[in-house]
Amino acid sequence: MSEYIEHDRQGVSVGIVEKKLFTFAEAPDEMVLENGTRFGPVTLAYETYGTLNAEKTNAILILHALSGDSHAAGYYEEADEKPGWWDIMVGPGKGIDTHKYFVVCSNIIGSCMGSTGPCSTNPKTVQPYALDFPVVTIGDMVVAQRKLMDHLGVKKILCVVGGSIGGMQVLEWTVRYPDMVMSAIPLATTTKHSALAIAFNEVARQAIMADPAWNNGNYYYGPKPNLGLAVARMIGHITYLSDESMRLKFGRRLQDKGDFSFNFDADFQVESYLRYQGKKFVDRFDANSFLYITKAGDYYDMEKQYGAGSAVKAFSKARAKFLVVSFTSDWLYPTYQSKSMVKAMKKNGLDVSFLEIEAEWGHDAFLLPNERLTTLIRGFLERVCRETTT
Amino acid sequence: MSAEKPQHNSMRYDLQIIASWIDPGSHVLDLGCGSGELLRFLINNKQVRGSGIELEENKVASCIEKGLTVLQGDINAEVPDYPEQTFDYVILSQTLQQVYAPDTLIRAIMRIGKRGIVSFPNFSHWACRMQLLSTGYAPVTKQLPYQWYNTPNIRVITIKDFRKFIYDVGLKILKEVAINTHSQNRYGKIIKFLPNIRATYGIFLIGN
Repeated sequence: MSEYIEHDRQGVSVGIVEKKLFTFAEAPDEMVLENGTRFGPVTLAYETYGTLNAEKTNAILILHALSGDSHAAGYYEEADEKPGWWDIMVGPGKGIDTHKYFVVCSNIIGSCMGSTGPCSTNPKTVQPYALDFPVVTIGDMVVAQRKLMDHLGVKKILCVVGGSIGGMQVLEWTVRYPDMVMSAIPLATTTKHSALAIAFNEVARQAIMADPAWNNGNYYYGPKPNLGLAVARMIGHITYLSDESMRLKFGRRLQDKGDFSFNFDADFQVESYLRYQGKKFVDRFDANSFLYITKAGDYYDMEKQYGAGSAVKAFSKARAKFLVVSFTSDWLYPTYQSKSMVKAMKKNGLDVSFLEIEAEWGHDAFLLPNERLTTLIRGFLERVCRETTT
Repeated sequence: MSAEKPQHNSMRYDLQIIASWIDPGSHVLDLGCGSGELLRFLINNKQVRGSGIELEENKVASCIEKGLTVLQGDINAEVPDYPEQTFDYVILSQTLQQVYAPDTLIRAIMRIGKRGIVSFPNFSHWACRMQLLSTGYAPVTKQLPYQWYNTPNIRVITIKDFRKFIYDVGLKILKEVAINTHSQNRYGKIIKFLPNIRATYGIFLIGN
């Protein structure tokens, strides 16, 4: 996911919010990971907005994409330059209305945004885990989030919503904990990465691992693999946009110059943009986390895990009502992938709505202000809220 | 009791009749559901479990915003996905005349539904007949307002044709009514005398 965060045009916001931490899986009750090993303690960073009602029926769980964090909405301090990453959708009177719903945004295991990940300190060695951190899966992320929801006293989640790798977690929630999830909104996502998506992730990982500073993941006391991580981010950004959006946004325009420089500086605006995005990313993201999270995304195959290769069988476990949304210009998670999950849901007699939104901004469209997406989510949530409480 | 008595006067007239045929609490699929007018009426007034399929993004969005369960897609591609006998009623209103393979679609509908409800403009209405006879041009009417080269209505169906079609594909007509109304009109009347000449639309309830 790219960063598009802007202040709300109407100035509507949940206001000042706080990042919270929840730690569990202390010895001897470590988490059993999908790879079979035991792991703990685990900390998850999360934020909540709005109030859980007395019946505990109004909880919405937001799950973020690759480079996101628990900061979905509001500001940590009044002077913050930017609000949370989905502030356009989450807030008072917005698509996900914090007046009505108790909204939780959970970070993921493996992240570097406050949860336990490769840059966290291994209590056994008192050193950063680095590559001693276990290879976690989307399933592990969801098991950890389940612990968080238990901790918050939420037994039934009105809706689990997220895009991209966050959308994979949404799907995982619906089949791993079917009785907890009343409804689900998987946005711009898939039950399994295509070869194309894996290929881009692999090139991005190779960029990091080819950086000498990466040093087999042990760089926490020295120079970081910033060049490799920046290139990885540049590759990601290409896949989040589209031919059309790049043509509109950059074309062949030059950056601050009238003619070519006849050297290898950034001549084109698109080059300058990618370099800027790459550079900005290294300040806030850990290269090892990038490796772990992209690997989790690539490993995920809901059909294989829950249906012996059959999407229909996999979704036979789900009970949620679904709103599936894809975007016309998204070539990283193309519409055919959403359609195939919708087909499997239909075959199971699940309550599913589906829309492909016309949008030129590629995969990133789910993060951008989009009145249509806002009203869709609002209408869907109002209905499931009505049907769940009556 | 007249089963065809319209129940709701803010809906298109043919939809009012269709709504009157549906048993409360049943499971309904509306093919080409538009902005979800009929679905919403059935859910609110007949407590049906309803969902719809619609091709146009704007209309699908408008349905989902209203809290309806609607899929964007082509009905010919979407219908075969449902398990057998999923629905009590599958509705195809004012769409059959735009379908490329009506026989395939009707069979698919009757596989996933116990009953089918089909409405379509009657091409043998006297106004059509008169135009063809007197002017020699393909008829252009309020119900079929297009020229031959830009019409989405690629199938020319009459009430008699439809009866024969249902017989030919091995299905049964359980109920039929012919009405005189305009395509988007809320008012109309039931035509009992010479329907194939006097009615602008036919509505059929079909079963296996």
